[in-house]
Amino acid sequence: MLERAIKGTSGYWGWLIFLLALMGIGLGCYLYQFFEGLKVTGMSRDVSWGLYIGQLTYFVGVAASGVMVVLPCYLHDYKAFGRITILGEFLAVASIIMCLLFVFVDLGNPVRIMNVILYPTPNSILFWDMIVLNVYMLLNIIIGWNVLAAERKGIHYQQWIKVLIYISIPWAFSIHTVTAFLYAGIPGRHYWLTAIMAARFLSSAFCAGPALLILLCLIVRKVSKFDPGKEQIRTLAGIVAYAMIFNVFFFLLELFTAFYSQIPGHMHPIVFLFKGLEGHGNFVPWMWTAAVFAILSLVLLIVPATRRNEGTLTVACIILIIATWIDKGLGLIVGGFTPTPFHTVTEYWPTTPEMLITIGVWATGFFVLTILYKIAVSVKEEVAA
Amino acid sequence: MGVDRREFLKIAGYAALFGLGGKAAIDILSPGELEASMQGIPLTQGKRWSMVIDMRKCLKQQEAGKDGCKECMIACHLEHNVPDWGNPKHAIKWIWQDKYEHVFPEHPNQFIDEGVRHKPFILMCNHCVNPPCVRVCPTQATFKRESDGIVAMDMHRCIGCRFCMAACPYGSRSFNWGNPRKAPKELNPDYPTNRAYPERSKGVVEKCNFCVELVAKGELPACVQACDKIKVHALNFGDLDDPKSNVRKLLREHYTIRRKPALGTEPNLFYII
Ligand code: SF4
Ligand code: SF4
Repeated sequence: MLERAIKGTSGYWGWLIFLLALMGIGLGCYLYQFFEGLKVTGMSRDVSWGLYIGQLTYFVGVAASGVMVVLPCYLHDYKAFGRITILGEFLAVASIIMCLLFVFVDLGNPVRIMNVILYPTPNSILFWDMIVLNVYMLLNIIIGWNVLAAERKGIHYQQWIKVLIYISIPWAFSIHTVTAFLYAGIPGRHYWLTAIMAARFLSSAFCAGPALLILLCLIVRKVSKFDPGKEQIRTLAGIVAYAMIFNVFFFLLELFTAFYSQIPGHMHPIVFLFKGLEGHGNFVPWMWTAAVFAILSLVLLIVPATRRNEGTLTVACIILIIATWIDKGLGLIVGGFTPTPFHTVTEYWPTTPEMLITIGVWATGFFVLTILYKIAVSVKEEVAA
Repeated sequence: MGVDRREFLKIAGYAALFGLGGKAAIDILSPGELEASMQGIPLTQGKRWSMVIDMRKCLKQQEAGKDGCKECMIACHLEHNVPDWGNPKHAIKWIWQDKYEHVFPEHPNQFIDEGVRHKPFILMCNHCVNPPCVRVCPTQATFKRESDGIVAMDMHRCIGCRFCMAACPYGSRSFNWGNPRKAPKELNPDYPTNRAYPERSKGVVEKCNFCVELVAKGELPACVQACDKIKVHALNFGDLDDPKSNVRKLLREHYTIRRKPALGTEPNLFYII
């Protein structure tokens, strides 16, 4: 089936070359970082994780959200989603590739990465995160590929694939839960030390991921003869709406606990993010953008007329993705490190090389995604013809 | 240790001249010092190394000099070739000073006495009994030594994920943001030729190691030696497991506090205020 990836329009090739160029720039910046050390980033002694780990967190969520099409399809026998499960699964594969790359570029000593396997350490959540992410990627590659191959031949996929599909459903929840545990079990980082972290992660994943999937479905419909379907997009929009309601609700729960208890440690990170602390407030405009976008997207998603209209739905999905990205890919990490253990504030802002590396990794993810989608869509077109 | 060996011999010598026993002489010259300092030796046999920092003595010394006192920090950073980047964001700190409010942020007190307000306290890794840094490390590059409780660091295994830095609630860990060999050389003239201490590469985490390499030879940590050398004796290193040790005696006799005790990490560093 791979050969379908090399037969495409000039638009397809132009897009791939554009992504390759971004990947090249990212790689160049990465080499610079590799030789100079992580001092070329904006991270510091006090804010020792930044954009990279934020992206890891965000895209684990996108990957996990593949389950939002798989679960209704296979557990509730919601046939309509059968058309697009492959899009969800391949989105998961591309996302996990980005996640693994983001971990890699964040390492101070990437050549030693095998130490994680040579000295397996079950008490480290990072060890488990690595396992669940890799297994989830494998599951999705195997399932997606075999189901697609069966579809092309016009036969039913084999029974053992079904077993893998059932495994992949709880597994999707596990990857984001384990990722939340990276943060939620650390003493002394108040913004992270909250039992609701995993639930927040899952809810924000289950709105952001399907929102991205909706956008991708709309693009697929535009650039190919395969139509993911009106009903499918409508159902996805409903899922996005519910998940976003939960996401905002969970965040409000955090606000209540912090500001009703008035415990300084619980309040300070939130004050820093939304108001500024000790004269440092470089995230304030971002966080308010996220808040406003979150509310706006909720309105557009809850009002039936705007949810059903694909134009307003597109707007809702875009601003929802921006809102959740700021919250999870940016604010979450910096909020955890602010204030520092000494109750001071050290500002963080990614440097240009850091941003270009990040863009390079995104481009890699979308490169893989484009190729996988190209294959899937070509098969779908053939079957339909 | 309160009195170093050479000083002990000197005092004993004077005492002998006056027809006194060595120990009795010291008891007269500085009561209690000898017991407090000489217990816990031999050094290689401690089961739970700890440090009691007498901030009264330390602050007194810091106020004596016009630039404060930096002896322990200089000694440590020389001993371990700690790179200096001249950029606070990339600073590598093994032992350092920060003001009281930053060291004990969980004890806010608007009306605290002038003796500690904004005063520079000594900080280093607490060698916690229950260290979160060790719990999170995916490679066991940082580990707690069963035998003596030191939280050690293998800079040759560390992958630089910095999970431990997020996990340490005390800011005790530093990362080599650049190549430590390129760091300014003033503070560490031996670097990188000093083979007594392993070189590290860029991209690894490091922190205070309670001078495992010196303790193994039966010597006191470099900071303690430096403090003893100027006869301040603010840093007291000893075995918490031994009821007769210098540190246990100090803890019995003084009110001490630890940093962020509510987190359950059980720091092995104690402060006499
Ligand atoms: S002070 Fe920090 S680095 Fe030292 S043992 Fe405790 S948690 Fe680990
Ligand atoms: S940075 Fe090194 S010591 Fe710290 S958790 Fe990662 S591998 Fe372990």
